[in-house]
Amino acid sequence: MANNVNAAQRLDATFAALADPTRRAILARLSLGEASVSELARPFAISQPAISKHLKVLEEAGLISRGREAQKRPCRLVGKPLADISEWLEAYRRHWEGNFQRLDALLDELKAQEPQAGAERPEGGSL
Amino acid sequence: MKNAGTLVVTTPSDREIVMTRVFDAPRDLVFDAHTKPQLLKRWLTGPDGWTMDVCDVDLRVGGTYRFVWRHAAGGSEMGMGGVYREIVRPECIVQTERFDQAWYPGEGLGTLVLREQDGRTTLTSTMLYESKETRDMVLKSGMEGGVSASYDRLATVLESQISGATKGAA
Repeated sequence: MANNVNAAQRLDATFAALADPTRRAILARLSLGEASVSELARPFAISQPAISKHLKVLEEAGLISRGREAQKRPCRLVGKPLADISEWLEAYRRHWEGNFQRLDALLDELKAQEPQAGAERPEGGSL
Repeated sequence: MKNAGTLVVTTPSDREIVMTRVFDAPRDLVFDAHTKPQLLKRWLTGPDGWTMDVCDVDLRVGGTYRFVWRHAAGGSEMGMGGVYREIVRPECIVQTERFDQAWYPGEGLGTLVLREQDGRTTLTSTMLYESKETRDMVLKSGMEGGVSASYDRLATVLESQISGATKGAA
């Protein structure tokens, strides 16, 4: 139970962190490999402190980690929270896929009943 | 070619969930399956063990719909309904949705778009929620109560039936 709550909170933090286009762009850049703050700031028309703020949100959500070296502190992507989100989407997807597979079967039946549309289709296949 | 396509779920913005799926049927039939109660009850049943007991559809702009599902063994019940905002047969339906149990705050707005090409229909269903928190709650619901495990089972059963039926016909 506590685990579920923690997992839910972690997912909330992940989604909140992903809600911002600049942060998503930072993650996209980091998916190519680690980078320093100044490297990350370069493509954006915003200041380095603003980028640092975004990095802090991403770090707190567990989406990135930062190196220890005092000067550069390179950022890198952490895969786990993103995997959690895709798991979430996958569960939702499976839920609907169950419904849609039943719809597939129903549509086949309906097509078979329509004289024209059913002509090319051999009979059978109803569940 | 029974199993026409794989469902793709995306979250293009903070408040939306978008589903895209191809069906091997003309869109008139897909539209009917979404609007005729006797057809809706056949496929929109939810997980294993649930049936759609109530399915009332008043298909006109401003008309309402109401669905109630029941669990055969447990007797639990889940209901939802809403109002049709826009109906363009056979290509588009816009409707509100609200669950009885209010497991998410406020209303959702659903837009169903059906595009047909070469006898196949691409369905795009967009759900827009009042807030990001609500959207996330809906997404998370898929993970709750071992539901995903039972869907897994269901998917396996259906797949084996579908491939069995296809092979059996050959």
